[in-house]
Amino acid sequence: MKSLRHRLLFAYAMVVLAFLYIPIVVLVLYSFNASRINAQWSGFTLDWYISVFQNRYVLEALYNSLTIGLIAMVVSTILGTMTALALHRYKFRWKGAIHSLVYLPILIPEIVMGLSLLVLFSQLAIPLGKLTVIIAHISFCISFVIIIVLARLEGLGREMEEAAQDLGATPWQTFRYVTFPMISPGVMAGALMAFTLSIDDFVISFFVAGPNSTTLPLYIYGMVKRGVSPEINALSTILILFIFLVTVALVILPERFRNRMGDKKTQRQMPF
Amino acid sequence: MSRGRMLAYPAIAWLLFFFLAPLVIVLFMSFLQRGTYGQIIYQFTVDNYIRFFEPLYLQILGDTLFMALLTTIICFLLGYPIAYQIARLQRNWQTLMLLLVMVPFWINFLIRSYAWVIILRSQGMVNTFLLDLGLIEQPLNLLYNFGAVLLGMVYGHLPFMILPIYVSLEQLDRRMIEAAYDLGATPIKTFFYVTLPQTLPGIIAGSILVFVSSLGMFVIPDIMGGAKSALIGNLIQNQFLSARDWPFGSALSIMLAILSLILIFLYYKALQAQQGKEDSR
Repeated sequence: MKSLRHRLLFAYAMVVLAFLYIPIVVLVLYSFNASRINAQWSGFTLDWYISVFQNRYVLEALYNSLTIGLIAMVVSTILGTMTALALHRYKFRWKGAIHSLVYLPILIPEIVMGLSLLVLFSQLAIPLGKLTVIIAHISFCISFVIIIVLARLEGLGREMEEAAQDLGATPWQTFRYVTFPMISPGVMAGALMAFTLSIDDFVISFFVAGPNSTTLPLYIYGMVKRGVSPEINALSTILILFIFLVTVALVILPERFRNRMGDKKTQRQMPF
Repeated sequence: MSRGRMLAYPAIAWLLFFFLAPLVIVLFMSFLQRGTYGQIIYQFTVDNYIRFFEPLYLQILGDTLFMALLTTIICFLLGYPIAYQIARLQRNWQTLMLLLVMVPFWINFLIRSYAWVIILRSQGMVNTFLLDLGLIEQPLNLLYNFGAVLLGMVYGHLPFMILPIYVSLEQLDRRMIEAAYDLGATPIKTFFYVTLPQTLPGIIAGSILVFVSSLGMFVIPDIMGGAKSALIGNLIQNQFLSARDWPFGSALSIMLAILSLILIFLYYKALQAQQGKEDSR
């Protein structure tokens, strides 16, 4: 009885996973289809890939997306983690207001944030471009980092830190060897979230991007609005492949490496 | 040791300048007038807000709310079991499954919506398949309607729901579940009285993310819905980029922002009240 319930749950989870992946698989398959319009399979071709790689606008948009994403991730992860640590540890006179300020960018619709930044930049006469996109991305990433790191901090007790300090660790040592290892999954998750949100963002970029700061989502939107074409499939497939490779490189390989060095890792984690 | 407090200042300053200040400017602008050529006239008016209550705009608002609510509910129903299943797995499998859920999320939602266009359009995969089998004579209208937009919304927002629920399930105090079993609770009772209340923060977080994101969405209706299924996001975008009526667009955005904040507040209060009732039981 118990195992039946669990098997049903497992099957349900698999169906949801299939729902997540079927469109992606279809998209990839059709990037190799020789026919430009039809859904019928009319033979294998790489023509659409060749035409994507010969498109310099695509390469430029890719470069823009990556640089903007990296800068937004680094800045928002540093600022966000600092803020989460301070908010967790210290009392602030305006605590309620600060919390609202942190949560509001997540709660407010993206479109409102995008157009309000457009209004700000136009009032300050700042030309729209890469800088305005980066500023906008950092603004919405910070809150996510703060909340994710705070959640992690709140899940932990203060006992470990107090024990470290009782044993004579300086505040820096306490942070480096006790607090940071404990919150690092949260910081990593926050950074990953920030990068994901930045790369994925279309709405806010749509309002604050200028002619020289077209990101990939903006470029793809332009293509999609012009209609279905196998070039979009090819470009999408390249992006999907890229995401898979990055995932493998960032997550699976270091984990394997760490497992192999298992003994050394435990030693390193106990400096006192 | 108040020096540590300063760690929070850079981010707070950033948010004040690049988040709060722009909103205040938009609020001001919503009380201004639009000139004949789309320029802004600095004269106070509330016309932009009154215009919102015309039937055309109220209809769009209603459609938007209904769509966001349905999306949230369906995401929860689809997302909770998969989050639960992932949390039950061994560590290594958890990582793998989370990655499998996250990877489509990293693919841009424009691409994911476009993938559905390929599948659903009249010369698309589903219609071609059904026509070839002779099950239908004419291609079905699967795209550019309410259902298509809903499908795209659910598909685009599902990981937003799964991740926070997974995090709260992961942090679940398993001793409570064991205690419930020891005291003779059935698995279903244990789930509804122990697991579900304890994962409420995750459910709230996930629902808020999905609902708010759906409310302001304009790309999915733009790509999968055609002109008929315009939501409030499409209307706002139109005011800023094509109609060049920034004051009216500002008023619409302020309404949308206030509306989503009120709904979130009420929703949160309701859940809090419910939780309080259960605690005192």
